[in-house]
Amino acid sequence: MTDILLLMFSVILIENFIFSRFLGCCPFLGVSEKPATALGMGFAVTFVMTLSSAVTYAVYHLILVPNKLEYFSTVVFILIIASLVQLIEMFMHKYIPALYSALGIYLPLITTNCAVLGAALINIRSKFSFIESVVFGFSAAIGFTLAIVIFAGVRERMAFADPPKAFRGLPIALVAAGLLAMAFSGFVGMSFS
Amino acid sequence: MNILKEILIPVFWVGGLGTVLGGLLAVAAKIFAVKVDERVALIEEALPGANCGACGYAGCKAYAVAVVEDGAKTNLCPVGGKPVAEAVSSIMGVAADDNIERMRAQVMCSGSHEFAHKKYAYAGAEDCICAANLDGGDKLCPNGCIGLGTCAAACPVGAIKVCDGVAAVDYTLCIGCGLCVASCPKQIIKLIPYDSTHWVGCMSREKGALTRKHCGIGCIACRICEKVCAFDAIKVIDNIAKIDYAKCTGCNMCVEKCPRNIIWSVERQELLGLSITKDELAVVSAAKK
Repeated sequence: MTDILLLMFSVILIENFIFSRFLGCCPFLGVSEKPATALGMGFAVTFVMTLSSAVTYAVYHLILVPNKLEYFSTVVFILIIASLVQLIEMFMHKYIPALYSALGIYLPLITTNCAVLGAALINIRSKFSFIESVVFGFSAAIGFTLAIVIFAGVRERMAFADPPKAFRGLPIALVAAGLLAMAFSGFVGMSFS
Repeated sequence: MNILKEILIPVFWVGGLGTVLGGLLAVAAKIFAVKVDERVALIEEALPGANCGACGYAGCKAYAVAVVEDGAKTNLCPVGGKPVAEAVSSIMGVAADDNIERMRAQVMCSGSHEFAHKKYAYAGAEDCICAANLDGGDKLCPNGCIGLGTCAAACPVGAIKVCDGVAAVDYTLCIGCGLCVASCPKQIIKLIPYDSTHWVGCMSREKGALTRKHCGIGCIACRICEKVCAFDAIKVIDNIAKIDYAKCTGCNMCVEKCPRNIIWSVERQELLGLSITKDELAVVSAAKK
């Protein structure tokens, strides 16, 4: 149990997906204009990443390993994640319309989110067990959500700032992202093992 | 043989996986198919598609869904006005409700840099709400346009720009959604009927003497317009002239007689541009005499 908690803590803060692994930077910059939409994106990623961690683990160990096809994992995982997202979208549209309209446009975007694929591949590389894989996927997504929501708050404040013309828009957002990453780098080097 | 095996096995498994997942999705699409009322799409097409939210819903699609599913009124779109309300009513097969009039936004202030006196030099964030928090903005007049363009930022169609310290609405672009009205911390933007030609470019509710101190052009409540109006359409209430658009015929009498040049007509605005200076005003005054 302590192992699981330590894994969660280290993935959320120390090895944050965005700030120390640089995965999922596209939605991090694209969907962080407002905290509400950032939170929506975060929930959608959490949902998909947890499920895809479980499914890719099963497919890897039940299909790829017995047939010595480990080298195909990237292709197969992309295939699985894309189908999974489609399936979840259809399912939610039918049975959970409230959640569907809340996550709506973010779900299809996640299909090619590198954070989701990254979590699946890191699970395999780190030789995690099934439980550990699911926990890793879930907490990595929580870390992602944390980062994107904090950043959305920062960007909202920045709307009133008056930077030089050349810095307006994305450039100043990237500078702010760098400063935020530096704050998170304070956790680097912490170890619990 | 070995090479064949090494190629065939991956092709079989990965291809097979793709086929299985594809088949699964095809089946799922049938099982999880959601019936969408075709009227939603029709109504969405009939709506202007500005997604401004003036109807009270999150956008044109949300409004279309609300009309079909919750029986929302068919005349809530102020942008489309009468034609859209009629189209939506006919799609829904109901009688058209009392149609709402198409409106346009008008900034009720003429206090450009030339006329409005300042109480301090503002150097904060470029936002009217921020400025309004500092003693109500930099202009002495408590009802003056702050001119930092919060309304322009709120406008979904880019119809507002700030000219010489006062926001001005380009009525050829304005869709009458009212988002600027809600965004203005001074509440000096009003919606007036789309085809109205005249308006009072001032919201000062101070007594005349005080308004003179605040601004070189504000309404001093002299009631001359009230007297010259043959249609009883303009009244001075709370020290400010107000036009009753139901009665106004656009005869231009008030514009000509106003000693402060604070009543505007579309023609006069086109003549002078979106903001005026004292020189231009002198030309107009001379022409009157």
